[in-house]
Amino acid sequence: MMKGEARCIVTFFTVHQALRAEKVLMEAGFTISMIPVPREISSDCGVALAFACEDEAKVKTVLDSNTVKIECIHHMERKGK
Amino acid sequence: MIYFDNAATSWPKPPEVIAAMTDFMERAGANPGRSGHRMSLEAGRIVFNAREKVAELFKIKDSSRVIFTVNGTYGINLGIKGLLRERDHVVVTSMEHNSVMRPLRHLEATKRIRLTVVQCNRDGQLDLKDMKKALEKKAALVIATHASNVTGGIMPVKEIGRLVREHDAVFMVDACQSAGSLPIDVEEMGIDLLAFTGHKGMLGPQGVGGLYIREGIELEPLVQGGTGSNSEQEVQPDFLPDKYESGTLNTVAIAGLGAGVEYLLKAGIGKVREKEKALIRKLIQGMKRIEGIEVYGPEDAENRIAICSFNLKGKDAGHVGYLLDREFDIMCRVGLQCAPAAHRTIGTYPQGTIRFSLGYFNHEEEIGAALDALGKIREMV
Repeated sequence: MMKGEARCIVTFFTVHQALRAEKVLMEAGFTISMIPVPREISSDCGVALAFACEDEAKVKTVLDSNTVKIECIHHMERKGK
Repeated sequence: MIYFDNAATSWPKPPEVIAAMTDFMERAGANPGRSGHRMSLEAGRIVFNAREKVAELFKIKDSSRVIFTVNGTYGINLGIKGLLRERDHVVVTSMEHNSVMRPLRHLEATKRIRLTVVQCNRDGQLDLKDMKKALEKKAALVIATHASNVTGGIMPVKEIGRLVREHDAVFMVDACQSAGSLPIDVEEMGIDLLAFTGHKGMLGPQGVGGLYIREGIELEPLVQGGTGSNSEQEVQPDFLPDKYESGTLNTVAIAGLGAGVEYLLKAGIGKVREKEKALIRKLIQGMKRIEGIEVYGPEDAENRIAICSFNLKGKDAGHVGYLLDREFDIMCRVGLQCAPAAHRTIGTYPQGTIRFSLGYFNHEEEIGAALDALGKIREMV
């Protein structure tokens, strides 16, 4: 999906908020994908949303303006694969 | 065949409801919110979409405040038992269903809550002055049915909501009979807790209901357990909807409910209301022309949903119901309809009434046929 650029992952306390985030971000035209929470992150809810870090500020704005409650946003190192 | 028992459960359901349930079972039948795989996510999306639709129907801004339960009764119990503490004062109308009265009578015996029942008139209508008087004694909770399951009479919920707000109590509305048939706006009506069932006017299947909980209202969950979230902890999560949704949801029913509400939103509640009002008006007008029928509840169709309770002079209600079913192929409900308080109010306790309850899918010809049947039963010895 995101051709090697830095990947950000937003985690949530509950699936409800993850699905709200998915809805509002897709409506706002972002390319996102719902993924299982990576092992290196500990999170309360099993799913997370991944997006390109260059969109981070805009994603935050959209989530805030829709009062989506998030746990936190993680910056993932891209390990060569 | 004529189905006039929509207040017990609506029938038929829109084909979209059945299709959504089949689709869930065939395509996404996993456990919502439990795993990260795509079927679980898809099941989660189905639940999420249904929650959003329900929120839209009741003008709720934050859909996470909509809790799905196994039925309307559980939603009512969650509101009552989750909120009330020892010796709290509760005010209700005399038209409430047993799903409200029984938990309250139970708490009266076990937690010594004090209960004030505001008497309605013989038509089942509330005088706001009486409600105001009952609120002079500080109350923790006020409960009113939005529409009576016995008479169909609509309560002045918005006006009660304003009074309750002035008296700083929590306002719970039992919308089991009205949701999907009447417009509901939790903000405009000042509703703090809204209990609903999915299988009546909301056109979903049996096995799902719910409760809206206004932000700031703290309820003790009735049940604790797995939620798919906070799994490393052995204490119940504190966020909604998970806090009140322990254990696997009835996802197939929720899929159907979501489709039912979507159907209503597309049709428009205003249009649903107009159709149901026209049907019940025609039924009541026709009944008035039959000698020996007593119709209970408010006279004007404007003040009732599509429910009509009545008796035929000199005839046992149970027998009339039997004849309607066996001889005329008309299905309805007779007796006390789980609401002895309401029947005491309108003077039909303990013999009960015959109740015709119409729905969006009934039509005018069925009204004519039912009126003919009643005319014939009246002539029978």
